[in-house]
Amino acid sequence: MRTYIARRVLHGLLVLWLVSFAIFSLVRILPGDAVLMQLDQAAAPTPEMLERARQELGLDRPFLEQYRTWMAGVVRGDLGHSLTSRRPVTQELLKRVSLTSHLAVMSMIIALLIALPIGVLAAVRQDTAGDYAGRLFAILGLSLPDFWLATVTITLLSIWFQWMPPIGFAPIWEDPARNLSQLLIPALIIGARLAAVSMRMTRSSLLEVLRQDYIVTARAKGNRERAVIVRHALKNAFIPVVTIIGQQFSVLLGGTVIVEFIFLQPGVGSLLLDAVLLRDYTLIQGAVLFFAAVIVAMNLLVDLSYSWLDPRIRYR
Amino acid sequence: MVLVRRKPLGAASAAIIGGLVAVALLAPVLAPRDPYAFNLNERGLPIRMQAPNATFLLGTDPLGRDVLSRIVYGARVSLIVGFGSVLIGTLLGTGLGLVSGFWEGRLDQVIQRAVDTVMAIPGIVLALAVMSVLGQSLTNIILVIGLVIAPGTSRVVRGTVLAIKQQTFVDAVLASGASPARIVLRHVLPNVFAPILVIATVWLGNAIVIEAALSFLGLGTPPPTPTWGGMLSGEGRRNLETAPYLAIFPGLAISVVVLAFNMLGDALRDLLDPRSRIEAGL
Repeated sequence: MRTYIARRVLHGLLVLWLVSFAIFSLVRILPGDAVLMQLDQAAAPTPEMLERARQELGLDRPFLEQYRTWMAGVVRGDLGHSLTSRRPVTQELLKRVSLTSHLAVMSMIIALLIALPIGVLAAVRQDTAGDYAGRLFAILGLSLPDFWLATVTITLLSIWFQWMPPIGFAPIWEDPARNLSQLLIPALIIGARLAAVSMRMTRSSLLEVLRQDYIVTARAKGNRERAVIVRHALKNAFIPVVTIIGQQFSVLLGGTVIVEFIFLQPGVGSLLLDAVLLRDYTLIQGAVLFFAAVIVAMNLLVDLSYSWLDPRIRYR
Repeated sequence: MVLVRRKPLGAASAAIIGGLVAVALLAPVLAPRDPYAFNLNERGLPIRMQAPNATFLLGTDPLGRDVLSRIVYGARVSLIVGFGSVLIGTLLGTGLGLVSGFWEGRLDQVIQRAVDTVMAIPGIVLALAVMSVLGQSLTNIILVIGLVIAPGTSRVVRGTVLAIKQQTFVDAVLASGASPARIVLRHVLPNVFAPILVIATVWLGNAIVIEAALSFLGLGTPPPTPTWGGMLSGEGRRNLETAPYLAIFPGLAISVVVLAFNMLGDALRDLLDPRSRIEAGL
């Protein structure tokens, strides 16, 4: 097990290194360079201004040397300086990580709170009105784009209840009421898709498990149906659900970018969007690396959870 | 016919998609007005923000343009991006998956690490980062979404190829002296078509949403080209309280199309993969 964890951590680090190289190369393989694109937005820069800016940012040095310097900083937690604000990228990210983490975790919790009971009910009461309603909910959750859902929700809430999302983020442990009033609705919107996908998977996986011989045995022993489902079926049925949650987590994080933008939330997603619009490449590199690190960590957690859910799975 | 008999909802979805394709192809005939034209009243002023009425069935936007005509023309962008990006992503993903799954070894390792790298970045984040570098254009959007689609497709194809390789008919063809390339193209590829078709159908809907999201965020097809996401974002979002129809109709168009692609994907999966139908309890 320990060897497996070590191998998975090493694999995650390798992926992160590859992401860092890919995103670093991306902004440098094009004709011109980041500084030119950056300064082009202001008044026409003179060649001297461009040269000075390139020297300051080290863009006049060979590519691999630039990458080595940047990576040496990254491993020390220094992601360079923003091209627009000149502030350290790490500092900019740290200011916003808390909000995005809250939003992602809350979306996930909400999604699972919705998906699991509906998925279980849909499976247990297969082909009833409840099952069809659950499946309809899932297909709608998959089809309604988050940006549309967010736009319509924020407008309706402002028209009907004069509600606007509060400005200024407060962590849940400091001011739970304010935190919830700020993040609950965005989290619900982000979580809608994950809820739909998890509900479908819970339903189909539980149906599969309920047909297994050991479930028949559990019933034959005289266990109550609830005990059969909760104690014997659910845990095994969760393995594919956990897999799909891991896969969909990437989509959920992508949803934070859009929802933070619509709800004017100062998270990493809106930072990335600002950076993209301003073509602030050092900030883009840092934000992309942050998202990749979260996804790699999530995949690791998903892999490790398999052995807890099914003790027959042992990693060597 | 099989689809109509066994999966009526899937058939209805296919009909909706067929209708959408027809609308996109016949846009110049079907659109009641020029989608770019500022409709003027008798005093020569733009007919701005008209609620849906008999003359303008879905109303007009703040510049006096006909919303219905813009939605009809917007279908073109959505479908071009959807089919273009899915074609690129599927071809790339299938090629990589076939090579990776059939030959395995070091090449497989290299391809899989590249796939891991792209899959470690959320699709919309990757699309935003690449668009910021490439710049806004329809071609770039298609390329970027194709890049987002390819890794997932390659994983599905690789998994299927690995399973097919275990079957005896592959050993038999190998023993008959066929070259690996011939085996892949003549014997493995046809067996991979079913999962590719299913995943491509679902991705068509997702690609349309990503394009709309990019347009919504201001990084999609540049104005004045009518796109559903762009209509939702600019005039739609700014005027939601006074003219909600500006956002509701393009949003509905996106949702209906994505719903249709999702349901068609489900129906195709059930028809082409009986095991998944049993698993899903359908």
